[in-house]
Amino acid sequence: MSLVKIEGLGVSLGGQPVLHHVDLDLIRGEIVTIVGPNGSGKSTLLRTILGAIRPDKGKITRAPGLTIGYVPQILQVDKALPLSVRTFLDLPKKVSNAQAKDALDRVGAADLSRRQLRDLSGGQMQRVLLARAVIGKPDLLLLDEATQGLDQQGSAEFYRLIEELRRDMGCAILMVSHELHVVMAASDRVICLNGHVCCHGTPEHVASAPEYRALFGSGTQGALALYRHEHDHAHTHEHDH
Amino acid sequence: MSDVLDSFLVRAALAGVGVAVAAAPLGCFVVWRRMAFFGDATAHAAILGVALALALALPITAGVLFVALAMALFITWRGDGHSVDTALGVAAHSALALGLVAVSFLEGVRIDLNAFLFGDILAVNRVDLAVIWGGAFLVVGLIAVRWQALLTSTLNEDLATAAGIDPKKEQLVLTLALAVVVAVAIKVVGALLISAMLIIPAAAARPLSHTPVAMALIAAAIGTAAALGGLFASWRLDTPTGPSIVCAAAVIFAATRLRP
Repeated sequence: MSLVKIEGLGVSLGGQPVLHHVDLDLIRGEIVTIVGPNGSGKSTLLRTILGAIRPDKGKITRAPGLTIGYVPQILQVDKALPLSVRTFLDLPKKVSNAQAKDALDRVGAADLSRRQLRDLSGGQMQRVLLARAVIGKPDLLLLDEATQGLDQQGSAEFYRLIEELRRDMGCAILMVSHELHVVMAASDRVICLNGHVCCHGTPEHVASAPEYRALFGSGTQGALALYRHEHDHAHTHEHDH
Repeated sequence: MSDVLDSFLVRAALAGVGVAVAAAPLGCFVVWRRMAFFGDATAHAAILGVALALALALPITAGVLFVALAMALFITWRGDGHSVDTALGVAAHSALALGLVAVSFLEGVRIDLNAFLFGDILAVNRVDLAVIWGGAFLVVGLIAVRWQALLTSTLNEDLATAAGIDPKKEQLVLTLALAVVVAVAIKVVGALLISAMLIIPAAAARPLSHTPVAMALIAAAIGTAAALGGLFASWRLDTPTGPSIVCAAAVIFAATRLRP
């Protein structure tokens, strides 16, 4: 059974159409990545699934009692707001110290508990946001450009962490990213978005689809070549050229 | 039979403390959410509420509450809530000017406008006191009950939505609380200085606080100290009481900033 089923979704922001005719089906335990150029509606799609944006066409069916963990693209904490990592984990539902410790351990941030949120580095903040997102053992984890501001090693580690979380908790993970090659290696399915779904399927399929190449063209050739070199021989192909 | 409430100074002190307690937790949210101008606009509209109440022979509190709420809701719903600095500036000062003009049209009513602009805490009677403390309990109760949800949606609206919280509803809770604070504070510090009682104690509490709850409690303590200190200074130095209370708050603010 799908966790989230999207049919014929259309979304406009400020009168401008952002998404049209988007279909998407998410099932438990899979990692799905949305890639697409700037302004292609990636974050909008995520926020619509979240319920923060009301679609003007189509429908979204969420599994009954679906719980969502969300990692925003960026969390700006006003300097007037004193907030420690531990207190942040209590929002909106208070958690026990054991639960807080477990969540921070999971993401390798056990030593950050007493730190103020404002004082964290980019990588530490991402881990803490992830810890808070997984604390209620959600059915679905939504990540919006979660590796923004991390160096290559940092984001590679981050994706390993995501993979571990999926294994341990069995949740579905839907993420938005621009780091095509890393993301593709870490995903079960890739959706290439540009206002609508250009192409989708296994990472290999998408990487070789002409629609995808038209969007990402020469700029990513090096990375993709590397990726294809590593993976072309290891999997059976479903694309036809 | 006489009791302590017979003394106007005791009544004034209790009124000042009531307003400080009501304003502190709301003031923290006003600071965290950068709603200072929003508070100003709502408070300034209160003068229009005074005019309305006098024209219709209604209790002042009812008129102020109604207009403050209408103003706050209008601002909340007119746009997306962000980058509305200019719109709020227009609303704040137009409401104040309109209120002043409206009051001048009232025939046969002689009112001391200063009392509504800067407060008249020494004239607080028992009924006022009941209204102030009733409002304070309402506001503090409302914010305490919704605390976690309010804080989450203040931090990030999408995080709140993901957790099943409606940020618009939380905004409405704050809007309602703001209207109540304006209605109970107008007699104490006056329409022009209400936002000072919201913002200054909260800002003064910031360097002393490590958690949001601590900041709200410390702000309440600072507001109380300012109310009592200002009242005392005004009594000894024969200065206007509302502005004296705000001056006391400003002195405490400066002191917490200078702390090593």
